[in-house]
Amino acid sequence: MVSSIVSFQVGDREVEVLVAPMTTLQTVLRYQLGYTAVKEGCRQGGCGSCAVLVDGEPVLSCLLPVEDVAGRRVTTLEALAEPDALHPIQQAFIDHLAFQCGYCTPGMVMVSKALLDRDPDPSRAEILDALAGNVCRCTGYAPIAEAVADAARVLASRGAQSR
Amino acid sequence: MTADLHVVGRSVPRSDGVGHVTGRTLFTTDRSFPGMLHLKVVRSPVHHALVRGIDLSEAERVPGFVRALTHVDVPHNVYTILGLIGVEPEEEFVLAEDRVRYKGEPIVAIVAETEAAALEAVACVRLDLEELPAVFDVEEALRPGAPIVTHWGNNTFMYEGHPCRRVRFGDVEAAFARADHIVEGVYNTKPIEHAPTETTACIAVPEANGRYAVYTNTQALYFSLDNTAIILQVPGSRLHFIGGTVGGAFGGKVDVIVEPLATLAAMKTGRPVKYAFARWEEMQVSSTRSAWRIYVKDGVMRDGRIVARKVTSYADSGAYSRQTPYALTKHAANAAGPYAIPNVSIDAYCVYTNHVPSSAMRGFGITMASFAIEVQMDRIAEAVGLDPWSVRFLNAYRNGDMKPHRKRAEDATLIETMQAAAAFVGHELTPEQAAMTSDPRREGGE
Amino acid sequence: MAKLRGTGIAAVNYPTGMNLGGDPSQALIHATTSGSFVVTLSATDLGQGLRTVIAQIAAETLGVGVDDVFIDTADTDTGPHDMGTFASRATHRVGNAVIAAAKEAREALLEVAAEELEASRDDLETDGLGNIRVRGAPGRSVKVTDIASLAQFTYGRTISGRGAWMKPRSAVDPETGAMDPDSTEAHACTVAEVEVDTETGVVTVISIKSAYEVGRQVNPALVHGQIVGGAWMGMSHALYETTTPYYPDPGHRPKDFSEYLMPGAHETPEIDCVVLEYPSSNGPYGVKGIGEMTANSPIPAIVNAIYHATGVRIDELPVTPELVLRGLEAKERHASGGVTPSTAGD
Repeated sequence: MVSSIVSFQVGDREVEVLVAPMTTLQTVLRYQLGYTAVKEGCRQGGCGSCAVLVDGEPVLSCLLPVEDVAGRRVTTLEALAEPDALHPIQQAFIDHLAFQCGYCTPGMVMVSKALLDRDPDPSRAEILDALAGNVCRCTGYAPIAEAVADAARVLASRGAQSR
Repeated sequence: MTADLHVVGRSVPRSDGVGHVTGRTLFTTDRSFPGMLHLKVVRSPVHHALVRGIDLSEAERVPGFVRALTHVDVPHNVYTILGLIGVEPEEEFVLAEDRVRYKGEPIVAIVAETEAAALEAVACVRLDLEELPAVFDVEEALRPGAPIVTHWGNNTFMYEGHPCRRVRFGDVEAAFARADHIVEGVYNTKPIEHAPTETTACIAVPEANGRYAVYTNTQALYFSLDNTAIILQVPGSRLHFIGGTVGGAFGGKVDVIVEPLATLAAMKTGRPVKYAFARWEEMQVSSTRSAWRIYVKDGVMRDGRIVARKVTSYADSGAYSRQTPYALTKHAANAAGPYAIPNVSIDAYCVYTNHVPSSAMRGFGITMASFAIEVQMDRIAEAVGLDPWSVRFLNAYRNGDMKPHRKRAEDATLIETMQAAAAFVGHELTPEQAAMTSDPRREGGE
Repeated sequence: MAKLRGTGIAAVNYPTGMNLGGDPSQALIHATTSGSFVVTLSATDLGQGLRTVIAQIAAETLGVGVDDVFIDTADTDTGPHDMGTFASRATHRVGNAVIAAAKEAREALLEVAAEELEASRDDLETDGLGNIRVRGAPGRSVKVTDIASLAQFTYGRTISGRGAWMKPRSAVDPETGAMDPDSTEAHACTVAEVEVDTETGVVTVISIKSAYEVGRQVNPALVHGQIVGGAWMGMSHALYETTTPYYPDPGHRPKDFSEYLMPGAHETPEIDCVVLEYPSSNGPYGVKGIGEMTANSPIPAIVNAIYHATGVRIDELPVTPELVLRGLEAKERHASGGVTPSTAGD
C-alpha cells in the first residue's frame, strides 16, 4: 500500500501531509504537525481526550483516517484562544476548577465548544450528553458541567452585547 | 491565626490552569526528539510458565527493527522497588528469565524505528513456554500444595520472620470471652485499575556529555532515578530525570517499569527511546489496587462498646510485591478503624498469586480497611440495636487514646467531623453526642 | 418491583505521610534580580495542584505576593531530593521544606533591605504586597523587587534559602506492631443516599454529602475539588470498577475504557461538603493533607445505604447489579425460611 498526500486545514493553516493508508488524524496532528493539545488517552475511541472539530463537528481524531479530512477544516484546542485572551469556555474551566491533572481537558473543551456552537443555551442534560464520551478520572465531572453552563451564559451575554 | 495569613487559605487560581485549558502544558509524550526510537514489549500470554526458548529471528527481519533486549542485557535484572528503603528480597525481573509468573509479564523488549515496526516485530517473536499450574486466590495460595509463585518457597511476604504484619494490643481472646455479642464479617474486594487518562510513559535521551535525560511521568522522580541506576548498574549521576507534570496517577505511577528499559535501550542504541504504555497495557499489565479479603471479628458489649477487634487481612499482591508489603504495614496500623478499642489483634498478609502485580493506589492499605470496618460498624449497630451514628460516637477515638500500634492519638477530630456531617445533612444528634469532643478522656474514664 | 431509597454513613480517619523508610523532602529558593522568587523542587504535581499550594506557602512565608513566586519542578539536576508525591505527603512534607527555605531566603532579603534602609533587621516587616517597611515608620519602605536587584548589583549578595524536612525513619516492632508510620490524622464523615431498582439491581447514587477535617486548607477551592473528585472515585469503586470481574478467576479482564466501567458525566450524583479546620501540630501552617482519603468514606457509606434501602448487606466490591439481585433473592428465600441473606457469615 502506498502513501498518499492529503491536504486539509488546521485552524487557518493549510497543511499537506504524506501518510501511509489508515494513519489517524490524531497521529498526524500530534506527531507530524505538532498539535500536542490533541491528547492520546487510549487511541481507540474510548476516552475523548483527542477530540477535535472537523468542519465544526466533534470527532475523535484517533478513529479517523486522515484521508477523511481531505479538503476539510480541522480545529484543535490550539486555535481556540486568542494570543492574549482565553475563550470563555477556557476561562470557565479555570474559574470552576474543571480540571485537575489536565490531560482530559483539551478534549473536554473541544466537545464543549461543539455543543455551544450548536446550542448556545443547553440544558444540564444536554451538557452531560455532550461530555458523555469523554473520560475524566480526577474531577468527578460536576465542575466540568458547571463550567460549560457558565461559559454558555458568558457567551450569551456577549452575543447580546454585540447585537 | 487565619486572619494573619495573606495567601494561605485563599482559593488562588491554579498556576498551571492556563496551560491546561490551552493545551500548552507539555506532558511526557507530547515531546519528540530527533531520531527517536520506539520500545514495545513481548509479554507472557499465560499466567505461569517456564520459558524454554525465545526465537527472535523473524522479528529481526521486520523492516525498522533496531534491536531486541532480553534479561541478559539487563545488568541487575532482579530488583525490588522498595529495596531503596531496605525492603528485601529482590524478586521482580525487569525481563523474565526462566519463568513468567503473570499474564503480561515482560520477556523481550523490541526497539524499532517506528511504533508500527516495533509492534510488528513484537508479534513476530516466538516463545516456547511450558505452562505451569497457577494460583489466583489469596487463601488458596497459602494452602499446602499450592503452586509457589515466589523463588523462596512460600507465597507470603515475610515480615521479620512472620508471614504477616502483626499488631498485638491487649488480649482479644479474653475480651471475646466476656463480650455480650460476637459480630463477624468477611469483606471481599476486587482489583481496581488507577486508569489515569495519560498512560505511563517515558522518553530516555542520550545527552552530549554521556549522561541520559529521562522525561517521565513518574510520581516520584528520585525513586525512579535511583531504581533505574540500580537496575542499570550506573551511578545515579549519569541519570537526569525530568518530569513533574503528570496526567493522573493515583498511585499507579510510583512503580518503576518503563524508565529502566527505555534508558537501557537508549544506552544500547545511542538514540532517544520512547516507551509508553498503550491503554490495554495500562489496563491489563500495570499494577492494580490489590484484591482484599478481610475477616473482622468483634467482641461487643450490650451497650455497643467494642471491647475486642480481630482483623485478618489478605491482600493479593499478584506475582511480585512492589509497594504492597508497605501497604499492609500501613493497613495493619489502621485496620481497627478510628475507634478506641482496648483489645486488638491484626494479621495482615501480603500474598503472592499469579495475578498481575498490585501496588500502591490512592488510600494505600486504608481504603479497603475503611470499607470493611465501616460496614462492620453498621453490623454492630444492628446487633445491639443502636443507630449507625450512635455506635460510632460511642466508640470514637479521642486525643490521648493509645491506638493499637501504640501511637497516642493527638490529631483526633472524628467526633467533631461526625457532628459537622450530622448538622450538614440535618441528622439530629442526642444532647450527649452534640456535647462530645475529642478532648482527652478524664482520669477514671467516662 | 420497586425503587427503594436509603441512606448510609461512614466515618473515617486517614493517616497522612509515610515514614517507615524515612520520608524527606528538600526545597531551594532564590530571588531573581527582577524580584520574583523561584522555588526549586523535584516534587511532582499529579493534578492536585501542588505547584499552586507550594507557591502559596512560599509566598506566605516570604511575605510576598503569590504571583511573584514560581515553582520550578521537577528536574533532578536542579531540584533537590524529594521522596515523591504519594501517601498524601507532598503538601505536608514539601510545604514544611519550603517554609524552612523561605525563612532563610527572607532573612537574606531583610538583611539587604536593612542595609539599604539603614535600619535594624529586627525593625523590618513585609506587607505581603511586595514591600519591606520599617515598623512604625511609614514612608521608610522599599520594594522587594528593588532589593532583589540591589542585592546582586550593589551589594553582591544572594537572596536564597535552603530547606529540608524529614520525619525520621520508624521501625516496626515485628511482634507487637508498635510503630509510628505517619504524621497526622485527617478525618471524614460521609452520608450517602442511594436508590436501588429492585428489578434491575442497579444502584443510583443520589447524593454524597460529607464533612471533612483536613487541618489547614491552603487553598479551599483545591480541597473542594479533591473532595468532589474523590467522592466520584469512591462511588466508582463502590459500584463499578474492577480489572478482574470474576476474581479470583483471572478471565474477562477489561482492556480499555469501553470495558472498564466507571460512572460518566450522567451518573454523577450531588456531591457537597463542609470542611473543618483543626490545624495539625507538624504540617505547614497546620496542613494535614487530603490527597488520598476522599475516595474512602463514600464507599462504605454507599454500601450501608444499599442495606438501609433494601435490607441486603453486601460485603463485596464492586456492588454490581448482579450482586444486588442475588442479595434480594436470598433475602426473599430467607424470609420464606431459606438461607441467610448476607454474603458473609453473620
